[in-house]
Amino acid sequence: MEFSTQELIPVLPEITLLVMASVVLLVDLFAPGKERVGTYTTSMLALALTALVSVYSYQGEQLVFAGHHQSDGLSLVLKLAMVIAVAVVFLYGRGYLAVRGLLNGEFFTLSLFGLLGMMIIASAGSLLSLYLGLETLSLSLYALVGFDRRSVASSEAAIKYFILGALASGVLLYGISILYGVTGTIQTAAMQMEIQAVLTSAGQYQMLLGLGVVFVVVGAAFKLGAAPFHMWLPDIYEGSPTAVTNYLGTASKLAAIALVLRLFADVLQPLIHQWQPMLMLLAVASLAVGNIIAIAQTNFKRMLAYSAISHMGFVLLGVLVGTGAGYSASLFYMITYAITGLAAFGLIMLLSRLGFEAENLVDFKGLAQRSPLMGLVVLLVMFSMAGVPPTVGFFAKLAVIDAVIEQGFAWIAVVAVLFSVIGAFYYLRVVKLVFFDGVEDPSPLVSSWDERFVLVLNGLFVLVLGLFPGKLLEICNQVFTGL
Amino acid sequence: MLTEKILFYVFAAILIFAASMVVTVRHSVRAALFLVLAFFTAAGLWLMLHAEFLAIVLVLVYVGAVMVLFLFVVMSVDLDQGRLREGFGRHMPVGLLVAGVVIAEMVSILSIDQLAIVAPESATVAVNNVEAVGQLLYRQYIYPVEIASVILLVGIIAAISMTLRGRRQSRYIAPAEQLAANKRDRLRVVDLREPASTDSSAESKGDDN
Repeated sequence: MEFSTQELIPVLPEITLLVMASVVLLVDLFAPGKERVGTYTTSMLALALTALVSVYSYQGEQLVFAGHHQSDGLSLVLKLAMVIAVAVVFLYGRGYLAVRGLLNGEFFTLSLFGLLGMMIIASAGSLLSLYLGLETLSLSLYALVGFDRRSVASSEAAIKYFILGALASGVLLYGISILYGVTGTIQTAAMQMEIQAVLTSAGQYQMLLGLGVVFVVVGAAFKLGAAPFHMWLPDIYEGSPTAVTNYLGTASKLAAIALVLRLFADVLQPLIHQWQPMLMLLAVASLAVGNIIAIAQTNFKRMLAYSAISHMGFVLLGVLVGTGAGYSASLFYMITYAITGLAAFGLIMLLSRLGFEAENLVDFKGLAQRSPLMGLVVLLVMFSMAGVPPTVGFFAKLAVIDAVIEQGFAWIAVVAVLFSVIGAFYYLRVVKLVFFDGVEDPSPLVSSWDERFVLVLNGLFVLVLGLFPGKLLEICNQVFTGL
Repeated sequence: MLTEKILFYVFAAILIFAASMVVTVRHSVRAALFLVLAFFTAAGLWLMLHAEFLAIVLVLVYVGAVMVLFLFVVMSVDLDQGRLREGFGRHMPVGLLVAGVVIAEMVSILSIDQLAIVAPESATVAVNNVEAVGQLLYRQYIYPVEIASVILLVGIIAAISMTLRGRRQSRYIAPAEQLAANKRDRLRVVDLREPASTDSSAESKGDDN
């Protein structure tokens, strides 16, 4: 195979981001200061450039670098969503970290390199680049979680995340190597065909394939944070600085859906009869564990962690259906969940001030009287997470349940709706605290105008997307029409 | 052909000698150094089989990195030689038994006909295996290789950001603070006279601070 410069064009988004992240690394060296204006501006510029290049370098489906890099509709949609999510994370996080003296240049550089890892996952054409992208992301995340070295909780969370994450990576890699051993290829398209061939040939390798699938499912469930592999999630959400939790809970979830879709919708599609029951178990367990344990939480960040577990259950529901409609419903669900999650963590950061972390549920008491706009944002976010129309969360749940029922899994749809009703309790409890309880902490809210502006915009976006979900749903459907 | 044979036997003899010294020599640093020697001679043997890439990697990675690290560990850990050899006589019979079993196993496996051991043939000269590995790495796998290099960069940044603690540990003097020092902040004049005493002796002024 001869190399041509044409091959570089589909990889331009990654190249742009890598170059710009390195520039940010250098800029941070020469532009110190507590506010990190130079680093912040360059990082935002890097994100804007990456988004632009992603859109303009896209030339339809392409497989380059000996099939290791794949660009298609899925990768384009996910990359744009990831870039926007990281930009919003930077916007909310900057003031929050600066006040606490935590705003190092590493927050930006590591987040950007993590984003690079996510983008590599999103356009992985082989399981090798998928795994390497995952490691790039994970390594950045371990360091980001342990970012606040003065906090014991942060260091503890980093160690826990590192050990469990390394274990999960190992399990996933073991599954991948078994699949590689059976099929003899690492490229996704070729591997899918080889698996098909093994299945039809009725040889002795079918059981080995099953073993590989088990390991891959467990590894992916760990990374996704689905029950019963969810143990790390609450501690890490609570322990890491909220700006990092925001990154972890929104942008990296987009990478998780990329990982799951690349694995199950691409490579393992022929083995659907093997992984479908496993995902079913994971989905139902996640819905149960997430929604029931969240009721007992008094810490808002922990509550959001358990709520994230239950949302992963919904995402898995869409995946396990195994149809294009199911995959696109999952993709839609994850993107809208990321938008909602950004606002939820943004709220915690904007309500906090130096020496006070608004992470307990009681801190939200009477928020509507202190700031009606913030109260409105809480209302919209909680309604969306609970799935109340007309917010976007309703349409996301509707799309997933629709796809599930279409394939004849009515009992799963009933279970999902039942647990959503249970989940509505703790979301609505927050709304009650905000609107119907008296103010306990009358201190004024301190936050800069741009953060407040974007937060309100973010909250309204949840509503607008709920009123007009057609465009995004259409985009998500188009991604999978080929299947 | 003859020189090759002579070279092989020389390398093999040194290899066996070095390997046996690794396990018998008393001092652990010497054992590590003998292991380095064993690696070098093994690399020489591979070189004679035209597996030059493996030979170079063995020297670079194992001798250059792993063994140096190992030597550092051995040198910095204080090993009590006496306690290591404690109970040598007691464990000897068990050790001999295990060794006997392993030898019997190896002999029985190696004497199976199917495993007819043939002398390894040297690779055909036309294929340069450094080139072959390079072609594969930098053509077919160039994208993963580049990602791996990014992972190393992320590892460096992460390690530095986790461990660099600024100059907190260095002791330094802030001149501004020193100049701003006031006698009143540092000196407390204590009245030592007895409350009811008439004898007013010299009061302590403690100027020696």
